[in-house]
Amino acid sequence: MTQVSMTVNGKSVSGDVEGRTLLSSFLRDHLSLTGTHVGCDTAQCGACVVHVNGEAVKSCNMLALEADGAEVGTIEGQSGPDGSLNVIQQAFQDHHGLQCGFCTPGMVMSAAALLKDNPRPTEAEIRKYLEGNLCRCTGYHNIVKAIMAASGQDASSIAAE
Amino acid sequence: MPKDSGIGASSKRREDVRFLTGAGNYTDDINVAGQAYVHFLRSDIAHGRITSLDTSAAEAMPGVVRVFTGKDFEGVGGMPCGWEVTDKHGAPMQEPAHPILAQGKVRHVGDPIAAIVADSLEQARDAAEAIDLEIEELPAVIDMKAAAQEGATLVHDDLNNNVCYDWQLGEADDAKVNEVFAGAAHVTTLDLVNNRLVANPMEPRVAVGEYKRGTDEYTLYTTSQNPHVIRLLMCAFVLGLPEHKVRVVAPDVGGGFGTKIFHYAEEAFCTFAAKACNRPVKWTSSRSEAFMSDAHGRDHVSKIELALDADNNFIGLRTNTYANLGAYLSTFSSSVPTWLHGTLMAGNYKTPVIQVNVKAMFTNTVPVDAYRGAGRPEATFQLERVVDKAARELGVDPIALRRQNFITQFPYDTPVALTYDTGDYNGTMDKLEAAADLAGFAARRAASEAKGKLRGLGINCYIEACGIAPSNIVGMLGARAGLYDAATVRVNATGSISVMVGAHSHGQGHETAFPQVVADMIGIDESMVEIVHGDTSKIPFGMGTYGSRSLAVCGSAMVKATEKVIDKAKKIAAHLLEASEADIELKDGQFSVAGTDKSVAWGDVTLTAYVPHNYPLEVEPGLEETAFYDPANFTYPAGAYACEVEVDPETGQVSIEKFTAADDFGNIINPMIVDGQVHGGIGQGIGQALLENCAYDENGQLLSASFMDYAMPRADDVPFYGVDHSSQTPCTHNPLGVKGCGEAGAIGSPPAVVNAVLDALNAGGKAVDHIDMPVSPSRVWAAMNS
Repeated sequence: MTQVSMTVNGKSVSGDVEGRTLLSSFLRDHLSLTGTHVGCDTAQCGACVVHVNGEAVKSCNMLALEADGAEVGTIEGQSGPDGSLNVIQQAFQDHHGLQCGFCTPGMVMSAAALLKDNPRPTEAEIRKYLEGNLCRCTGYHNIVKAIMAASGQDASSIAAE
Repeated sequence: MPKDSGIGASSKRREDVRFLTGAGNYTDDINVAGQAYVHFLRSDIAHGRITSLDTSAAEAMPGVVRVFTGKDFEGVGGMPCGWEVTDKHGAPMQEPAHPILAQGKVRHVGDPIAAIVADSLEQARDAAEAIDLEIEELPAVIDMKAAAQEGATLVHDDLNNNVCYDWQLGEADDAKVNEVFAGAAHVTTLDLVNNRLVANPMEPRVAVGEYKRGTDEYTLYTTSQNPHVIRLLMCAFVLGLPEHKVRVVAPDVGGGFGTKIFHYAEEAFCTFAAKACNRPVKWTSSRSEAFMSDAHGRDHVSKIELALDADNNFIGLRTNTYANLGAYLSTFSSSVPTWLHGTLMAGNYKTPVIQVNVKAMFTNTVPVDAYRGAGRPEATFQLERVVDKAARELGVDPIALRRQNFITQFPYDTPVALTYDTGDYNGTMDKLEAAADLAGFAARRAASEAKGKLRGLGINCYIEACGIAPSNIVGMLGARAGLYDAATVRVNATGSISVMVGAHSHGQGHETAFPQVVADMIGIDESMVEIVHGDTSKIPFGMGTYGSRSLAVCGSAMVKATEKVIDKAKKIAAHLLEASEADIELKDGQFSVAGTDKSVAWGDVTLTAYVPHNYPLEVEPGLEETAFYDPANFTYPAGAYACEVEVDPETGQVSIEKFTAADDFGNIINPMIVDGQVHGGIGQGIGQALLENCAYDENGQLLSASFMDYAMPRADDVPFYGVDHSSQTPCTHNPLGVKGCGEAGAIGSPPAVVNAVLDALNAGGKAVDHIDMPVSPSRVWAAMNS
């Protein structure tokens, strides 16, 4: 066991982990931050995306020890202190960008990382960026639409496509 | 003007808030104090006899609580099949045993052999490495036609052969069918494969079993679409437990698409092991494990023949299908290639003579069962591909050929056992032609050609049968279950309402859409109504969610229960208003006496029901009603889809340029949710058509066992979809007039995509009749260059 310390959603945390403990299981099992989901074991589905030092990272593909000293952000840190939805979360609700909700935390975290680097992405840029996030429910239509809306673009015309 | 609340409003989903903030409660988020973890040792060969299984070293490993093998389950029931199909000679299907852990033989890669329960998952996995296992490998039965041959290796030694059943529907007189084909002006024939798929909901399956000795009570938390069905099957057929001592909870479930209907061995194991170990036992599937243990879908090999007269009227249809059931009968597997497939072969057309033949095969592969559409996509794919091929052979417009043969009179009795209640196939096609701007296709094709691409337009029509029913009929057809549903409407003293439903929401938005109905009926705010689902200790006995049944069946029960509540509330209101019950009207949450200004509010009546001081003596206090609803018929959503593709003639790469769906779902409660259901179905259908393939090699090795080698559709594989559901012929036999929308997209889209690719190739001068799904670049390139 090795002690690992990091900042998660602005709070300092630490815990004893095995060398093989993944960041996703540290978040879920040690910190009970179960909003980060694990949908595959090959870093393909993106349900586990979190932010590590501001970058979108698949937390099932990173050891907890690798995140020692890092600033980690999870879905639980996205909404306001009063529980209010942020712009991206609100756009997902407004545009029905989720159904079962399992891929959603990863989608929101990926979208946030995209919009940080590219505040007004085109449809094609959004689709390309989301290659690492699988959703089985929505056919991606309303996810892309929600991200366009969250970036201040008019998504209303898409409904009539 | 769109409504802003109640029936017909695109109310935003209330469940989204918890999902968007990481506050969902999925099964893997549930941890019970003191729980142990189970890891299943699964067969890595497809077919073999276990000659030696020694777990003693594993039992001595650190943290190991107990190691279970098939021996521990001798005398315990196996996994049951919920539908007995009778073959065309009147004999029941062959029904092999399906043990929880292998008994002597392994029959597919992934078949569980031993289960290691340990303090941690890592310890359980480590201990699995210490199990001494020897398997004598037997020839694997993979190809269905070879499996049907005399003398083929048997998947189950105690069965006569590998044929589960040889089933037929429609015209039983072969001579009559032959006569129709002999007299046809034209016959179109097509051999095709409906590719094997894996449903892959994003949440892998999970089960947590808990047992309390003090009260002899069990709780199973599981990723299920139907917790009551799981409880019944597990208690009555597998473990022999009294239902009242078992609680099954399916909390937030991360997608199902059919594959979470079935009762799985891991659920029964965790329940059993919780008592045996006197500790909660948790299992979380990895994705690779899901590929080899979740029931797969589709996997049909078919030959279809369509006979037309000289005027291009469809006069006969014959299909012969081999359907893969895998190594064991999963819960509803036997019904999929038969009553959910053969009955749909009439499609939207008035073909007078239809014969459907299905041979269902056991093979050394993962069991196959219902996946989004379940039999209906397989029927639609065959029919719509052969109709499209006929149009090309005859040189007629594929839309005109379809329109000419549409059923136009309703109700309509098909030659394959169904009675369609309503539909307007021409009207729906009109909507498609407008919504898809088919008039502009020629210009779009010219623009694609200018870029060096081939452009094709694919049309598809579908009919589906949803809300499977009624119970007495499905019972005659072999169902070992009723197919009704139930709802309890509990009105609280201050007027808010909890509705306990048998349906289960795992993405469908019931928590939002169902309250829209109840609130609308009473005239109160939607926020006053809450749906409770997914816990057998809270909800009445209902059959869960699959087959696009939730609103049509469970919603109807909810309407009936709400009507009972309103009837009783009117009695109370009449007493308070000193009027006759017959004169009481309910509108906008106010009970009033017709023709007067006397009224009393909903909340005053509900409070009176629970504080019955001034109260009618003949009426019981309280305000809570339950209703069960058994549908009189299936519902029959139908639609017309158009897909436009571009094909790169250099590489065979296909891209979907435009996809439009026109559906008739009858009345619609929440258009936003309906759109989303169609989008998702189309996404999965495009996946089947272009990308997805569950592949086995000849030794039964599963070649596609992760997202690295099973191609799931990604955001840049699909376009925005056009969805039009303004064609509406309400269902005539349920109170809401709803038909169901959950599977339409997955049923309607694969043939549209394939038809579009073939149109592109043929328009580009490549005479190609058919390409099997997935229509991959290599297959397209090979077809173009053959």
